[in-house]
Amino acid sequence: MHPFIQTISLVTAQAIVLLSVSPFLVGLIRKVKARLQCRQGASLFQPYADLAKLFRKQPVISTASSWIFTATPYILFASTLSAGLLVPTFLSQTPLNFAGNIIALVYLLALGTFFLILAGLDTGSAFGGMGSSREALVASLTEPAMILSIFAIALTAGSTNLSTIVHKTALLEGIVTDPSPHLMALAALFIVALAETGRVPVDNPATHLELTMIHEAMVLEYSGRYLALIEWAAGLKLAVFLSLVANVFAPWGIATTLTPAAMGIGLVVYLVKIAGLAVLIGTIECMFAKLRLFRVTDLLGVAFILALLGLLFFYILRS
Amino acid sequence: MLVLLISLILCYVLGLVLPFCVPRKPQTQGMVGSVCSCAASLIGIALGLSGLVAAEPLTASVASLIPLLSFAIRLDPLASFFVLTISLAGLATSIYAIGYLKEFHGRVSVAMLAALTNGFLLSMILVVIADNGFFFLMAWELMSLVSYFLVVTEHEKAEVRDAGFFYLVMTHVGTAFVVLTYLVLFQSAGSFSFESFRHPEQALPDGMKTLVFLAALIGFGTKAGIVPLHGWLPLAHPAAPSHISALMSGVMIKTAIYALIRVYFDFLGGQFPWWWGFTVLLVGTLSALLGVMYALMEHDLKRLLAFHSVENIGIILMGIGAGMIFQTYGLTEFAALGLLAALYHTINHALFKTLLFMGAGSLLYATHTRNMEEYGGLLRRMPWTGLFFLIGALSISALPPTNGFISEWLLFQTLFLSFQLPALFLKLMLPIAAAILALTGVLALACFAKAFGISFLALARSTHARHAEEVPIAMRIAMGSLALLCVGLGLAPMIVVPLLDRITGPLTGLSISDKVLALDGWALAPVNMEFSSVSTPVLAVMLLLCGLLGLVLAFLFGGRLVTRSYKTWGCGITLSPRMAYTATGFVQPIKRVFSTIYQPTIKLETEFLEESRYFAKQRKFEFHIEPVFEQYLYGPVVRAFLGIADRLRILQGGSLHLYLAYIFVTLVVLLLFAV
Repeated sequence: MHPFIQTISLVTAQAIVLLSVSPFLVGLIRKVKARLQCRQGASLFQPYADLAKLFRKQPVISTASSWIFTATPYILFASTLSAGLLVPTFLSQTPLNFAGNIIALVYLLALGTFFLILAGLDTGSAFGGMGSSREALVASLTEPAMILSIFAIALTAGSTNLSTIVHKTALLEGIVTDPSPHLMALAALFIVALAETGRVPVDNPATHLELTMIHEAMVLEYSGRYLALIEWAAGLKLAVFLSLVANVFAPWGIATTLTPAAMGIGLVVYLVKIAGLAVLIGTIECMFAKLRLFRVTDLLGVAFILALLGLLFFYILRS
Repeated sequence: MLVLLISLILCYVLGLVLPFCVPRKPQTQGMVGSVCSCAASLIGIALGLSGLVAAEPLTASVASLIPLLSFAIRLDPLASFFVLTISLAGLATSIYAIGYLKEFHGRVSVAMLAALTNGFLLSMILVVIADNGFFFLMAWELMSLVSYFLVVTEHEKAEVRDAGFFYLVMTHVGTAFVVLTYLVLFQSAGSFSFESFRHPEQALPDGMKTLVFLAALIGFGTKAGIVPLHGWLPLAHPAAPSHISALMSGVMIKTAIYALIRVYFDFLGGQFPWWWGFTVLLVGTLSALLGVMYALMEHDLKRLLAFHSVENIGIILMGIGAGMIFQTYGLTEFAALGLLAALYHTINHALFKTLLFMGAGSLLYATHTRNMEEYGGLLRRMPWTGLFFLIGALSISALPPTNGFISEWLLFQTLFLSFQLPALFLKLMLPIAAAILALTGVLALACFAKAFGISFLALARSTHARHAEEVPIAMRIAMGSLALLCVGLGLAPMIVVPLLDRITGPLTGLSISDKVLALDGWALAPVNMEFSSVSTPVLAVMLLLCGLLGLVLAFLFGGRLVTRSYKTWGCGITLSPRMAYTATGFVQPIKRVFSTIYQPTIKLETEFLEESRYFAKQRKFEFHIEPVFEQYLYGPVVRAFLGIADRLRILQGGSLHLYLAYIFVTLVVLLLFAV
C-alpha cells in the first residue's frame, strides 16, 4: 500500500475507534457507579442515545454571547480529537507520531480549555464565569505535575514522543530494573487524569449544584448540537487520558507491527485495558467524596511531589 | 547594504525634523512622522533580512574627535536579527500611530511625539548595530532618555510624572552597571572597540569576568525588567502612549537581551562556570513565574501586559541560561538549541506583545479607560480588534499552532535534554524549571482568558463599553498584520529556524539547523526524531480537519442548523452586567491558592441599618496584594538615599565662601592625585 494512503487509513481508523469508544466509557463508568450504589443504572449505550438526541435538538443561543460561544464546541472537539490522534491506542506506532510529542498534546488540550473558559464567560451568567474561574485554577495546578510525570517516563524510554515511548516499552527496550520511578509517575499521571477529565474527587460530572460544579458550570448554557459536541469532546478527553495511562505504563498486547492479526489483538487488548480503567474510575467515584475546591490543591500537590520523587529515584537508581 | 543603512538613518532623521516643519496641523505632523518611520522600518526589515543571510557582516566606521570613541557599526547576524525585530515592530506601530495619534490632538504636541518616536526607533537601531563600547553607551543613554520623554508625554498628570521619574532613576541605575561592565572590559582590552573586547590584549582574570557577568546581568537586567528589578515596567508602560508602550515592551527591553547575548557569548567567548548559566536560569524562572502571577492580579490592561513582559523576558532568559549551562559542559548542540529557543521567543514576544499593547491601546481609544472591569461585550462592538487581540492572546499563551507555542516547545525540549548533564543537581533543577515553565504557561492562559473574556465577552459593563466603536482602519491594519505574522511564524518554523541558526552558529560554534529540522523542514525534531518532534503545519491541518469533521458530524446527525436566540437564564431576574463574573472574581481562587506569594489583605466594612442588623446600608470592600518588592527592596533603598541626602545637606551652607573653599579643596586633592 502507498505509505500516504496507509497513513490516512490508520489515522481514520484511530479517529473512528476513539470517537466510537468514548461514549461507551462514559456509559460504563455510570453503570459501574450505579451497580455499586445498588441501582440498576441506565444502559451501557445510553450516552450514544443521548448524543443522537442532542444532535437533533434545536440549540438555544444566548443573546449576550458572541461568535466565541458557537465556535467553541467545534474548537474543543477539534483540539481534543487532534490530541487523541497523537496518543497510541491499539497500534504502538501512530502514523502522526512526528506531528507532536507529549508537550504538543498538553498544549492541544490547553487550546480547548482556553476556549471553553472563554465560552463560560461569554453568556454573562454568574455560573459560567464561576466554572471558568475554577477550571483555570484546576488547569494551572495539574499542568506542572503532568509535565514532570511525563518527563519521568520519557527518561526511561529516552523519548518524549508518545509512540516511541509506548513502542519501546512494548518491545521491552529501555526498561529499568527498578519500577519504582515508573510507579510514582503512574500515580501522579492518574491523579492528573482524574483532574483533567473532571472526575471525582476533583469535579463531579453528575452534579448541577453551583457549589460543586466546574466543567458543568462552564457548559451550562449549551444545548442541542453544541452540547452534543462538548459532551463528545469530554468523552474523548477521557478516552485520551485512559489510553495514555494504559499504553504508557502497560503497553503489553499493543500491536507493534502492521499485520491484521496483531492489530486485531491490539484492538481487543486496548478495549479491555481502557474498560478496566473506566471500571476503576467508577469505583473511585463511589468510594471518595468530591473534595472542596481548595483541597484540590493538596491532591495535585501530592501528584507533583510524586512525579518529582519519581524523577529523583530515576537518577539515584541510575547512578 | 551600506546604502540601505544610510537611507534608514536618513529616514529617521527626516522623521525627527520634518514634523516640526508643518506648523499647527497635528494631523499632518503625525502623518509625516509616521510615513518617515514606516519608510525607515521597511528599509530596516530589508536590511535585517539581508544582514541575516549575508556571508560577511557589514562594517563601517566614522572616526570622531573624542578619544576612544568611533562611530563604528557592525551588522553581524545577531545585530541584523534585532534590526529586523525592531523594524517589524516599528512598522506596525508607525501604521498604528496614524490612527492612534488622534487621541492626542490638541492635548500634547503631536509633532514632538512623532519626532521622538522616530528618534526612539533610531536609537534602538544604533544600540544593536554599534561596534564600539563608547558609541554603544551613547546610543543606550539616548534610548533611555528618549523613551523617558515619550513616557512623560502626558506630563500634565501627576502619576505620569511620577512613573517617568521612577523609570528615569531605575534606568540610570542600570546604566551605571552597564558602564561598569564596559569599563572592566575596556581595562583589559585597552580600547572600546568590540573587536578588542573579543580578543583582549591580556585575558580577563576570573574575578573580573565574574564582575562583568554580574554587572551585565544587573545593568541590562534592569532594562529587561527581570525580577526584582522590574519595578519600572508596570509604572512606565501604562503611562506612555499605547504605541510607545508597545515599542518599549515589544522591542526596547529586547535590546537588553541583545546586549546580554553579546556580552556573554560574544565578548566572553562562551566560556563560563556552570553557576553563571544557573543564575541566569534562576533569574529567568523567577521572573517568568512572578511576572505572570502579578499579571493575573492586575485589572489595568496595560499594567497586566507590562507584567507579562516580565514573564516573557524570564522565559527568554531561561533559554539563554539553559544554553549557558550546556555550553559550560561542552554540550554545544544543546547550548545552540537553548539560544535558538530564546531568540525565537524574542521575536515572537516582540510580535505578540506589540500586537497586544496595540489592542489595549485600541480599547483605550474606544472606551477611554484602562480598567478591565469597565469593558465587556466589546467583541460585538469591535470585531476586528477582538479577533486580533484573541490571536495575540493565543500566541502569548503558547497555544498551537501560533508562534508562542513553537518557541516554548523548543525551550521545553532544551530543558528536557538536561538528562545528559553530568551534575545531578542540574539534572534535577532543569526539569523543575520545565515544570515551572508549564505552570507559567497555564497561568498565562488563565490570565489571557481573563483579559479577553472580561473585556470582550458577555455584556457591556459601562456606558463607555456600550458605546464603543471600532477603531480606524490604520490601527486595524497594524494589528492585523502582526496577527498574521504571529500565525505565520508559528506555521513556518522551517523558514525561521535556519535564519536563527545563522546567529547561534557563530556564537556557539555549531550549526544545528539540519539537526533541528526534520522531514524537509515540515517537523521540528531537536537532536533527533526519536527524542521529540512537532510539526505545527500538520497540527494546524489536523485541527482544521477535526473541526470540519465536527461540522460534518453535526450536520449528519442533526440536519440543517436552526438556532433560537434567547437571553441567558438569570434565575428569573433580567440578566444584568453586574451578574457576570468580574476580573477580580475570576482570579479569586488562584489568589487564594497562591496566597503565600500574594499576601493579600482584604478589608470588608459593613454599615448596617439602624433598625436591623440583618440589612446592610452599605458595604465597603478593599483588597490589596502585598507589593513585596516595593516594600522590602525599593522602599529601604529610597529611604537610605533620602537619609544620606538629609545628612549631606549640612554641606549646603549657603555661603559663597564655603563653596569657594570646597572648590579649592577639591582642586588640591585632585592635584595630589595627579602627582
